[in-house]
Amino acid sequence: MKLRDIAHSRTGDKGNISNISLIVYDINDYVLIKDAVTAEKVQNWFGDIVSGEVVRYELPAIGALNFVMYEALGGGVTRSLALDIHGKGLSSALLDFDI
Amino acid sequence: MKKIRIGSGAGYAGDRIEPAVELAQKGQLDYLVFECLAERTIAIGQKQKKQNSSKGYNELLEARMRAVLPSCYKNKVRIITNMGAANPIAAGHVVMSVAKELGLKSFKVAVVTGDDVLPELQRLDLKLIEANVALSQSGKDILSANAYMGIEGLVEALESGANMVIAGRVADPSLFLAPMVHEFGWSRDDWRKLGKGTCIGHLLECAGQITGGYFADPGVKDVMNLARLGFPLAEVDESGDAIITKVEGSGGVVCEATCKEQLLYEIHRPDQYFTPDVVADFSNVTFQQEAENRVAVKGASGLPRTDTLKVSVGYNDGFIGEGEISYAGPNAVARGRLALDIVKARFSVCGFIPLEARYDLVGVNALHGETRSAQNEPYEIRARVAVRCSTLEEAISVGNEVETLYTNGPAGGGGVMKSAKEVLAMDSSLIPRSQVHAMITILEG
Repeated sequence: MKLRDIAHSRTGDKGNISNISLIVYDINDYVLIKDAVTAEKVQNWFGDIVSGEVVRYELPAIGALNFVMYEALGGGVTRSLALDIHGKGLSSALLDFDI
Repeated sequence: MKKIRIGSGAGYAGDRIEPAVELAQKGQLDYLVFECLAERTIAIGQKQKKQNSSKGYNELLEARMRAVLPSCYKNKVRIITNMGAANPIAAGHVVMSVAKELGLKSFKVAVVTGDDVLPELQRLDLKLIEANVALSQSGKDILSANAYMGIEGLVEALESGANMVIAGRVADPSLFLAPMVHEFGWSRDDWRKLGKGTCIGHLLECAGQITGGYFADPGVKDVMNLARLGFPLAEVDESGDAIITKVEGSGGVVCEATCKEQLLYEIHRPDQYFTPDVVADFSNVTFQQEAENRVAVKGASGLPRTDTLKVSVGYNDGFIGEGEISYAGPNAVARGRLALDIVKARFSVCGFIPLEARYDLVGVNALHGETRSAQNEPYEIRARVAVRCSTLEEAISVGNEVETLYTNGPAGGGGVMKSAKEVLAMDSSLIPRSQVHAMITILEG
């Protein structure tokens, strides 16, 4: 199963830091993502993109995890050479994760 | 219980205009807020102001005001915005002249300034956070330094009775929190209420991003009529609870899922969202769908504000040159890779050493690298070269090298586009509150 089957996601950017929310459609699936999608696994998943640390925050009240990824945006939106300077598409890459 | 209705008329500087007109006409609003200032927008504005002292405000200001002022005036909707950008006073005069042209009697604008702290930053030689050195040691060509101000100036401006409040750099949620504090008389140290109001502001500040924009995924998360997306409004009561909704009949959707995505947009620690007004806590926020396109927001809180304000610092950071060319049909990927290799070799033939360079195949690896790309060869790809340079001439040469692939490169290359631009990069700093003073200027017609 892909994360996409049970959760949705949105990416935001601040400087060179990207944050990706991961939100379950059915609150009963929260435990599943909480156990399966650790900061370490997300760090590995984005190993070729994110140079810095990945920190995970838990929001059980809305069934969500928030991943904050440092040194993730090629220097940040104002100076990055990337096509997607904001990293808007990173949420879609996370939803492709197998659990 | 007293309630007010606050609409969000723009999520960024260049946003659509007609959803704001729809809100002004049909939203039964008390306030319409336009948040139009991204991290870098103000540095660009400072640059424009240096070239022409009457510019440096939002480029769509005049068009927006021409569109919304008649309905706002008629329906007694007060406007709050950061469209003043680097030149709020000039923006105020532009609005006054639009109001005069439209024949709006006794129109009054309150301009909030004080965010420009470049002299203070230099005098105190404060530290740049990303560069991790003091300003004077950074060696950077600094263009602008603007402190994120909170509600103080905005509330005072609202107390003047002005039809419109124009500021420069103000924290985005403060634009929404100010009318709540003004209307409900919340105490400036009622951290829980300030946290709740900040949460509502945060949910509204990106306009269409909570009504179905930046959300649709066909077959999974379908959204109706994004071409006519309605912008959001909040019905806020004096306890700080709110309903997020939109004008009936407009496109898009307000549901728990859109609210949850927006709650975490550009958020790091959910229990510590720093603004000039409060350290807001979103960790226990809940959403409840009460009716179609009506979602109740509850549970935000807050802790005392900090003693410093964030300053965004803009500096010149060289130039970026780009060039792109497309290849299609069998072996398109190989021809694209060959094209990139040729450009790379050309740089060394010409003795040009890029400060930093990227060679992408759009359709294969441009967004997320090689490992995630499809195993099947795409029908068409676009080769892209992007280079950081010290001079504009070098940046122009990057696109020109890609263009020479027409006659000197692989077979069947077409659709070249090239660009060269100056880079305005941003760093940030923290300044003591005591150094930043909001000032109000009233303009009356």
